[in-house]
Amino acid sequence: MSKRYLMRRVFNCAALSGSLLCAVFGIFFLFWILKDVFSSGIGAMDMAFFTELPSPPGVAGGGLANAIWGTVLITGMATVIGVPAGILAGTYLSEYGRKKRFASVVRFLCDILVSAPSIVIGIFVYAVLVKPFKGFSAVAGALALAIIMLPVVVRTAEEMLKLVPDATREAALALGAPHWKVTLQVVYRGAFRGIITGVMLAVARISGETAPLLFTSFNNAFWNSNITEPTASLTVTIFNYAMGPYDDWHAKAWGGAFIITFTVLFINILSRLLLRGRTGS
Amino acid sequence: MNDNNNHNDKIIIKGLNFYYGSKQALYNVTIAVKENEVTALIGPSGCGKTTFLRCLNRMHDLYAGNRYEGEIILDNANILDKGLDLIKLRSKIGMVFQKPTPFPMSVFDNIAFGLKLNGISKKSELAALVEKALKDSALWDEIKDRLNESALSLSGGQQQRLCIARAIAVQPDVILMDEPCSALDPVATAKIEDMMTELKRNYTVVIVTHNMQQAARVSEWTGFFMMGEVKEFDKTQKIFTTPSNQMTEDYITGRFG
Amino acid sequence: MMRILDRHKRDRFADFLFKGVSSFFALLIIVLMLFLFVVLAIESAPAIKAFGFKFIYSTDWNPVRASFGALPAIYGTIVLSAIAIVIAVPVSIGIAVFLTEMAPKKIRGPVGAAIELLASIPSIIYGMWGLFVFAPFLSAYVEPFLIENFGFLPLFRGTPLGIGMLPAGFILAIMIIPFISSVIRDVFLMVPPMLKESGYGMGATKFEVIWNIVIPFARSGIMGAVILGLGRALGETMAVTFMIGNSHDLSISLLDPATSISATLANEFTEAVDDIYLSGLVELGLILFAITFVVLALSKLMTMRFAPQKGRGKA
Repeated sequence: MSKRYLMRRVFNCAALSGSLLCAVFGIFFLFWILKDVFSSGIGAMDMAFFTELPSPPGVAGGGLANAIWGTVLITGMATVIGVPAGILAGTYLSEYGRKKRFASVVRFLCDILVSAPSIVIGIFVYAVLVKPFKGFSAVAGALALAIIMLPVVVRTAEEMLKLVPDATREAALALGAPHWKVTLQVVYRGAFRGIITGVMLAVARISGETAPLLFTSFNNAFWNSNITEPTASLTVTIFNYAMGPYDDWHAKAWGGAFIITFTVLFINILSRLLLRGRTGS
Repeated sequence: MNDNNNHNDKIIIKGLNFYYGSKQALYNVTIAVKENEVTALIGPSGCGKTTFLRCLNRMHDLYAGNRYEGEIILDNANILDKGLDLIKLRSKIGMVFQKPTPFPMSVFDNIAFGLKLNGISKKSELAALVEKALKDSALWDEIKDRLNESALSLSGGQQQRLCIARAIAVQPDVILMDEPCSALDPVATAKIEDMMTELKRNYTVVIVTHNMQQAARVSEWTGFFMMGEVKEFDKTQKIFTTPSNQMTEDYITGRFG
Repeated sequence: MMRILDRHKRDRFADFLFKGVSSFFALLIIVLMLFLFVVLAIESAPAIKAFGFKFIYSTDWNPVRASFGALPAIYGTIVLSAIAIVIAVPVSIGIAVFLTEMAPKKIRGPVGAAIELLASIPSIIYGMWGLFVFAPFLSAYVEPFLIENFGFLPLFRGTPLGIGMLPAGFILAIMIIPFISSVIRDVFLMVPPMLKESGYGMGATKFEVIWNIVIPFARSGIMGAVILGLGRALGETMAVTFMIGNSHDLSISLLDPATSISATLANEFTEAVDDIYLSGLVELGLILFAITFVVLALSKLMTMRFAPQKGRGKA
């Protein structure tokens, strides 16, 4: 009996240590990756990196100013398209379609779309926008990213709107407020912080996307402010430079990785703190 | 039932049946709510009193699958009519909920919300009406310096009185209260009970309560609900002294429920 | 009161409009999904017509001769995902156990957040880090060891390049761990406390309660989480493109360069000049999308039961 008991204790201890190791494993890789991105990327940070155009292949120097601008432009346009559409669809799910079959189909498809391969979205946009108009463009890139962020925004908007108690809605309706006013002036206000957080996370997610941009916005070695022209982005530039043969390109790619990673990380941590502040009060 | 009173019938409910989907929740409810008096609805939980209250402003319409039968006559019109304008109905019938439901905005904006809905947009007019509503709900002295703070920062009792203030600011005819004190401490409860006596001068009040002493203290009329039926409806004094139904007597003497 | 009547019609119209607009955008999701399938199908029609089923089982991928056999890419995608799942699932279960049953309350939050941050790192960063840091590490230390000690298995034969199926699968595993572990954690949290307490009440150890009560109770939820991870792994592109080596040669060894559907698309799509080449690539995309759709739908169906029921107030 006591030997058996001892065995059980030992086994228990071993298994639980195993679970600790698993957690350590995950955290270990997080810090390993961040450490390398930081130490290899920080060296590339200088004024030229942010202000100059890429130098010709093989020539050292220059910067990725156009790619940084391109990422901001494409991400910004995607946000302008994706966020209002997503919030409105989320509003439908939370305010009108709670128990409707149609709404559960939409929810289901959203959850699939969230995890669908982003490269397929790229092909889709290539087929509907790039091929017919015979050219890569920032608009096409933005559309692809908007499609990717759409389901994320829909679902978080719905979740956040649902956190507003029904009693609050009923109280506003009981005053004789029309449904749309209740939604706009009471429910949105109550869910504001949560929705903003969701939007931030969605923006963080698409700003690191590469695959859907490869065949939509493509690349460009020069300044470009025409949204119907091919446009450089940080992620596609990282891809090309990292796969390229020059050391200077690799350094630049690490610099781009540095900016993208820590921006995304910063937004993620910030939104976590924002949400925590909300549930804490 | 009892005709020695000088108040008119404000709401007449005739043969009301109500269904959540296929499940019937109210059976043939027939009562009359008197103008400028307080009508209390009592009964064990799940007996249908809240369901009934929410029929009076058609709150059930928010959720699909709910169905009414019968008539609820308010000011000579059946409010269960299909074509009825719910927005208009609800601006005539105010409601206060079990738990305080402050909107996520300032104290002032909470009360101004309903006023603005009714087209009042002049600052001075709004300020005067907000002040009046807060005074009527005995809240003015306590929070007159905090009008711009978030309504969520008030205490629970203050929030509930704010909700009452918000309901009366738009001057409805009828005020529905669904266990308005169930989430409050005795002091806050006493304040709200005092308010109710004031309120009935200008409004018709229907209150659902779990607390029989509260029903006895504040109401003129009491209806006893059980299993979706009104077992007894009469003057409060009569219900609490000489109930005619055995179940009512059992309930108010605490033998079940 | 009179003013109400004036504004009345306008409110009704606004209500109608607002509901209409939000329904439209909800409908848009469904339309988008349909469109995705239809457009991919139309674009890949020429390749489907030209190659038929041969597209799926042929191993010959030669754009110059316009011969397209997708087997190496499909095989690569499947094996790669399998490797990722085999590595990620036990680790994810371990993390979920740690986060729900073991970690002190204070460190639960930070550890959980750190694991979830792994999911926020963009795919391309994993790829780049994998290529520049992890691959050299593997080829210097890990792969020579594997070849020396397990080289009798055909799976571990070859040159220690640091890129190929196994390295890509490993990186992929790290990428999907946060997704799997967070679903499993949520599922574990749905196990009724009384069930666990009755186990402890009989004198069971923590491990015995987890193994005999928590995991069996959560089985279908865990399966759903695993399949979600699979869905993620199947479509993952950039990290794989960096790490897999991009070779259309079919090889049994996990250490040899290979390719996957997503890597093929990322590498070749912009280079495809012929219509038939492009159409073949789109067909690959269609296959990938169809597989992930089925897999993700399955996962959703399996975890739905465990979705926390949010209180909706009484109606």
